[in-house]
Amino acid sequence: MHISEGILSAPVLLGGGVLTVAGTAVGLKSIDTERIMPVAMLSAVFFVASLIHVPLGPGSIHLLLNGLLGIILGWAAFPAILIALLLQAILFQYGGIVVLGVNTVVQAFPAVLCYYVLRPGLSKGGNAQKIAGFLGGFLSVFLSSLFMALSLALTDTGFLQTAKIVVWANVPIMIIEGVVTMFAFTFILKVQPEILAWKSYWKDENHEVDE
Amino acid sequence: MIPEYFSYTDSFLHRADPRLKIVAAVSITVVIAMSRSYITGLCGLVLSFFLVGFARLDIGVVARRLLAVNIFTAFLWLTLPLTYGGETMEFLGFMTISREGVAVAALITLKANCIVLAFLALMSTSPVSSLGHALGQLGLPEKLCLLLLFSYRYIAVISQEFQRLSRAARIRGFTPKTNVHTYRTYAYLFAMTLVNSWNRSHRVQQAMMLRCFNGRFYTLHPERLTAVECVVFGVIMTGVFIMAFWEFWKLQG
Repeated sequence: MHISEGILSAPVLLGGGVLTVAGTAVGLKSIDTERIMPVAMLSAVFFVASLIHVPLGPGSIHLLLNGLLGIILGWAAFPAILIALLLQAILFQYGGIVVLGVNTVVQAFPAVLCYYVLRPGLSKGGNAQKIAGFLGGFLSVFLSSLFMALSLALTDTGFLQTAKIVVWANVPIMIIEGVVTMFAFTFILKVQPEILAWKSYWKDENHEVDE
Repeated sequence: MIPEYFSYTDSFLHRADPRLKIVAAVSITVVIAMSRSYITGLCGLVLSFFLVGFARLDIGVVARRLLAVNIFTAFLWLTLPLTYGGETMEFLGFMTISREGVAVAALITLKANCIVLAFLALMSTSPVSSLGHALGQLGLPEKLCLLLLFSYRYIAVISQEFQRLSRAARIRGFTPKTNVHTYRTYAYLFAMTLVNSWNRSHRVQQAMMLRCFNGRFYTLHPERLTAVECVVFGVIMTGVFIMAFWEFWKLQG
């Protein structure tokens, strides 16, 4: 879900840039030198997720999984998504450098929101956990497409219809992302639940090493 | 799987200081992205073609990248003339489309292609590792640069890990279709990749601590500006400033 360079107006680009700088500052504050490695690794995982194509009818779509990243990382998802998008711009020319701010907000804001709204549900187990997992995929893609539509509509009121089409075209992706995110969370919680408690976990481990 | 097609070959632009290239790429992109006139867009396109020729990029790969960009602009071409409103004109004799919609779609296509070409010639001709160091020298926060360098380092590793898992699934008879089983399988493959990467980051972290990592990276290739580079980029930046002034002057008038 990228907006290409050359489409948005100056105020929208500037607004996206300011929000991204603020979000990234908060995110960077939450990671110290010892936690850079896991965040960088998950940023790379997020990059790889966008290369995974899952079939949908005759075509295929690629995964986004920003909700999953957000629930794991919280505010640190901001710098992680920023870096992944910058790498996509450099390596594949998806998006671009000036529109990077808007693209980051579009994907990272829903991710952080998922962290606050859905984390309590995930720790419960049973059906609540499954619903929270599904919503983690569904809501994040829904909000991302909504933000994308909003940035188009704010640029030019003539884009309003196009913006509506963007949201509707993303509905099947929302459902698939929901299903995939739900299963992925079930898996992670079974195999290595401490990933979701990464901040405290990481600190304890390093503490042992210090002694 | 994660190719840096453009950083392998050699040209003046490939050898130029990445800091200069980043500054030039950002300035060109800012000016073109904010412009509203075809003349600025066309001037930018000429500059971009010049840069691509200068960087001696593989035209086939460049064309494929442009195709990817134009999928989105094609979407705009399909929707904007029908929905933009305003003044209408006849199209193919039987339907009316918005004249302004066509104009906006054309301008966006021009700007998007121009920016991608300039970006390809300037940014993609440097390996990400030297871009990371250059961004640090240009004032990007150190933690962000470390994130960029580490993340870039492990993209290929993680991608291979995912491919290994999906190859194993295919060998066991997994054929992707549009059903819940496929989505569950992909979710598990992805989650396994995430768990593996997580554990790998833990090991790398410990290895770095053992080697006294203090949060700084030192480059073995310090960049030095040469006189020729300064002149060439001076000319490019002058062109960019002229485009910016022209745009500003038109806005005033």
